[in-house]
Amino acid sequence: MAKKEQDLQQVVENAIAEQKVPHVKFKGIDPKNIDVDRLTKPSKETRQEWWGRGLTFLAIILIGMLIVAIIGFVGMHGLATFIDNKVNIFHFLFSTDWNPGAGKNHVGAAAMIVTSFAVTLLAALIATPFSIAVALFMTEYESGKRVQLLQSVMELLVGIPSVVYGFIGLMVVVPAVRTIFGGTGFGILTATLILFVMVLPTITSLTVDAFKAIPKDLRKSSSALGATKWQTIYHVVLRAACSRIMTAIIFGMARAFGEALAVQMAIGNAVLMPYNLVSPAATLTSQLTSQMGNTVMGTLPNNALWSLALLLLIMSLVFNFLVHLIGKKS
Amino acid sequence: MENWQNQKSYIKTFAEDECAISTNNLSVFYGGTVQKLFDVSLGFKKNTITALIGASGSGKSTFLRSLNRMNDRVARVDGSIMFHNLDVNQSKINVYELRKAIGMVFQKPNPFPKSIRENITYALKANGQQNKKKLDQIVEESLRAAALWDEVKDKLDQSALALSGGQQQRLCIARAIALKPEILLLDEPASALDPVSTAKLEDTLKQLRKKYTMVMVTHNMQQASRISEYTAFFHLGHALEYDTTTNIFTNPQGEITEKYIQGSFG
Amino acid sequence: MNAKKTNRIATGVIYFLVGVVILLLVGILGNILISGIPHLSWHFLSSASSSFEAGGGIRDQLFNSLYLLLLTLIISLPIALGAAIYLAEYAPDNWFTQLIRTTIEILSSLPSIVVGLFGYLLFVVQFGFGFSILAGALALTFFNLPTLTSNIEEAIKGVPQTQREAGWALGLSNWKTIHGIVLPAALPGIITGVILSAGRVFGEAAALIYTTGQSGSTVDYSNWNMFSPTSFLNIMRPAETLAVHIWKVNTEGIIPDVNVVSAATSALLVIVVIIFNFGARALGNWIYKRLTAAKIK
Ligand SMILES: Nc1ncnc2c1ncn2[C@@H]1O[C@H](COP(=O)(O)OP(=O)(O)OP(=O)(O)O)[C@@H](O)[C@H]1O
Ligand SMILES: [Mg+2]
Repeated sequence: MAKKEQDLQQVVENAIAEQKVPHVKFKGIDPKNIDVDRLTKPSKETRQEWWGRGLTFLAIILIGMLIVAIIGFVGMHGLATFIDNKVNIFHFLFSTDWNPGAGKNHVGAAAMIVTSFAVTLLAALIATPFSIAVALFMTEYESGKRVQLLQSVMELLVGIPSVVYGFIGLMVVVPAVRTIFGGTGFGILTATLILFVMVLPTITSLTVDAFKAIPKDLRKSSSALGATKWQTIYHVVLRAACSRIMTAIIFGMARAFGEALAVQMAIGNAVLMPYNLVSPAATLTSQLTSQMGNTVMGTLPNNALWSLALLLLIMSLVFNFLVHLIGKKS
Repeated sequence: MENWQNQKSYIKTFAEDECAISTNNLSVFYGGTVQKLFDVSLGFKKNTITALIGASGSGKSTFLRSLNRMNDRVARVDGSIMFHNLDVNQSKINVYELRKAIGMVFQKPNPFPKSIRENITYALKANGQQNKKKLDQIVEESLRAAALWDEVKDKLDQSALALSGGQQQRLCIARAIALKPEILLLDEPASALDPVSTAKLEDTLKQLRKKYTMVMVTHNMQQASRISEYTAFFHLGHALEYDTTTNIFTNPQGEITEKYIQGSFG
Repeated sequence: MNAKKTNRIATGVIYFLVGVVILLLVGILGNILISGIPHLSWHFLSSASSSFEAGGGIRDQLFNSLYLLLLTLIISLPIALGAAIYLAEYAPDNWFTQLIRTTIEILSSLPSIVVGLFGYLLFVVQFGFGFSILAGALALTFFNLPTLTSNIEEAIKGVPQTQREAGWALGLSNWKTIHGIVLPAALPGIITGVILSAGRVFGEAAALIYTTGQSGSTVDYSNWNMFSPTSFLNIMRPAETLAVHIWKVNTEGIIPDVNVVSAATSALLVIVVIIFNFGARALGNWIYKRLTAAKIK
C-alpha cells in the first residue's frame, strides 16, 4: 500500500520535473488593469443581446399571430352562415338535409359529422390493438436491429404523402371491398382501412415512448415475484402507461379526423347519412376538398363550407384540450 | 445533529485595498425562494490562491458562480460583491465586461468543438481583436502559461476534442487567461484529471499566481495544502472558517472544521 | 399453470398482430415501388403532362414541387430558427411561454386542409395573389413551422449546458454564444430536422389544392426573368405539384393512363421520402463527425 503511494508520488514528481514549464512570459496577455468605467456601461454585447432577444421574440410573435389569424379568419367566415345567413345552429348540427344551394333550411351537416366521427373512431379502434402489440414487441419482446428496422419503416410510413395512401386505397382497397361486399367499393369501410394504416405509426410511436418511460425496476420486481411476462405486461406495463396510451390514441384520432385527401379519394363523396359501411358517404374534410372550388365567396353554399372548416378547427382544439386534460390528470 | 449554529465563525479579514474581490453578506436563493448560501462575507487577497473546501452541497460552487454572475439566470443573489470599489452585484453592471475581468474554469473541461486555436481566439475575435499576428502571439503565450504549448504547438488547427481530458482542462485555462482577466475562478479544475495531469495543472496554477488572483474549489485537501495560501471552509451554505491554509489545516478553530479536515485527510 | 397458458396465448396474439403489421408495411411499400418504378423513365420525368391523352410526364410538377419546397424552406427556416432559439434559450418559465407552446401545438395539429383554406382566404382572395406559388409556399410555411420549430428546438436543447457556460464565462453575450457555439454544435440535429420536415412538405397536397391551384400554366424554362408570367421562376404563377397531380388525375379521371401516371408519381414521392428520411440522419451524422473529428479544416 505504502509502496504504491510512493510509486505514485514518484510518477508525479517525475512528471513535474520532466515538463519544461517555461518561465511564463506575459507580454501579450499581461493582466491589464481593467477599465472600471466599462463595467457600468452598455457594450457591444448588450446590444447583441438586445437584438438577439428581439429578433427571436419577433419570430415567436409571428407564430402567435398566425394562429390568432387562422382562428379569426376561419371563425369569421364559418360563423357567417349563422349570423348573416341566419342558419339555425341546431339545424346545422343535427339535420341531414345538405343542400345549401336551396336555402338556409337545407344546411344540415349531421351526415358529414357522423361520417367523420365514424371513420375516426373505427380507424382508431382497429389501429389501437395493432399499435399496442407492435409497441410491446418493440419494447418488451425484442431489441436491437430488428426493432430499429421496424421503427424506421414505421417512420417511413408517417412520411408517405396522404395522396399516395389515397391512391393505394383506390388501387387495392376499393376493388377488394367491392368484390367482398358488393356496391361501389367506396365508403366508410374503405376510408377506415386507409386511415387505419395512416394512424398506425402515429399511435405506435407514441405508445413506444409511453412504454419506454416506465422504469425498468417496476418490471423487474414484478417478474421477481414470479409473474409471467404477460402478467407483468398486463398488470404493470399497460397499467402504468394507460394515460399515455390514451394520449397516443387521441393524437391518432386527430390525424384521422383532419385527413382530407386520402379520405376524399376513397369515401365516395355523397352527402348521405351512412346506413352501412360500404355505401358512399362524405366527411367534413372530403366535402371541403371537393366543393370549395365550386362555390362563390360570400354565398350561402360557400359560407356553409366554411362552417365545416370551423367545425374541423374546433375539433382540432378539442383533441388538443383532451391531450392536455389527460396529461394533467396523470 | 451537529450543533454547528453554535460554532463561532472564524473569518479572516483583509484591508479593502488588499483584496482583489470581496463579498458582503452574500446570500443565494435558488428559484427565488430556496436559500442555499447564507450571508457569506469573504475577501480574496490579490495574487494569492485561495481554496474553498467543504462537503458536497455546502455551497462552494454556488458561491464561486455568484462572483462572476453566472447564477444570474437561475438564482437570486443578495448582498454585495466589491470589485474595484464597485458593487458588481447590481443589475446595472455590464456582466459581459465583468466576466472578461473575472475568468472561470469549470469542473468538467468544456472546450468548444472547434480547433485548439479557435478555442482561444474565438472570444478575442468577438471582442474585436482581428490582428492575426497579435492573435497568434496571444495563443502561444496563453498556451505556454497553461503549460500546454509544447504538447499542442504542432496541431493548433486540430479539433480540441481530440485532446486528453487533462489537456482539455489546461486549454480551458489558456482560453480563460487569454482574455487577461484579473481573477480566475476555478471549480474543481483537477477533479477529472489523472495524477500526472493534476500535477501539471497545479504547477501551472503556481506559475500563474504571480499574475492572477485565484479562487479554487477543491475536494482534495492535499491539493489545497500544496498550492493555496488561504483556505475557506464552507458548511451547509455558511462560510465557517477562513484563514491561512496552514492555520486551517494544522490549527482549525472550529470543531466542525477540525472534524472535516481530519476526516478528509483520514 | 393457467397463467402460463395465458402468457403463451398473449405472446402468440402479439406476434400475430405484429406479423400482420409487418406484412402490411411490406405490402404497401412493395406495392408502391413495384407498380411505380417500371414506369419511372427519363421520358416520364422530362416531358410535360398531358391533360387528356396517355403518355404524359411530370416535368413541370416535379420542378414545381422542388421550387415550392425551396421557397417554403427559405421562408420558414428563419422564422422557425428564431422561434426555436427563443424557446430553447430565452423563454422564461411563465404563463406566456406556456401559451406560446400550446399555440404551437395547436398549429401542429391543425388539419392541413384548414391551413390550406386559410391560405386561400388570406393570400389568394384577400391579398389578391390568386392561385400562386407564393400563396402555396406561405401555406406550406404555416404547415411546416410547428414541426420545424420543435425539431430545431430539440436539436438546440441537445447541446450540453456546459458549452453555453463556457461561452458566458468568456464574457460572450448570450446571443453570440448561441450563434457561435450552440448553433454550430446543434447543426447536425438541425439539418436532420430540416430534411425530415422537407419530406413532409414535399408530399403535402391538401394545403396546396386551394393555394397553388390545381393546374399549372405553361412555363418557359429558358425565361429567367422572375417577373415574366411565363418564367419558370415566377412565384405568382399557379402551379401543380406532384402530390396534387396524383390527386387531380385520380379525381378527374380524364387521362386514360391514370393508374400508370399515379403509380409512377407515387413511387417517385415515396423514393424521395425514403431518401430524405435516411439521408437526413446520414447527413446529420456525417456533419457531426466532421465537427468533432480530429481534423478541422
Ligand atoms: N441550479 C440549481 N438550482 C437549485 N438548487 C441548486 C442549483 N445548483 C445548486 N443547488 C443546490 O445548492 C446547494 C449547494 O450546491 P453547490 O453546487 O454550490 O455545492 P458544492 O459545495 O459546489 O458541492 P460539490 O462539492 O458537490 O460541487 C445544493 O443543495 C444544491 O442542491
Ligand atoms: Mg460544486
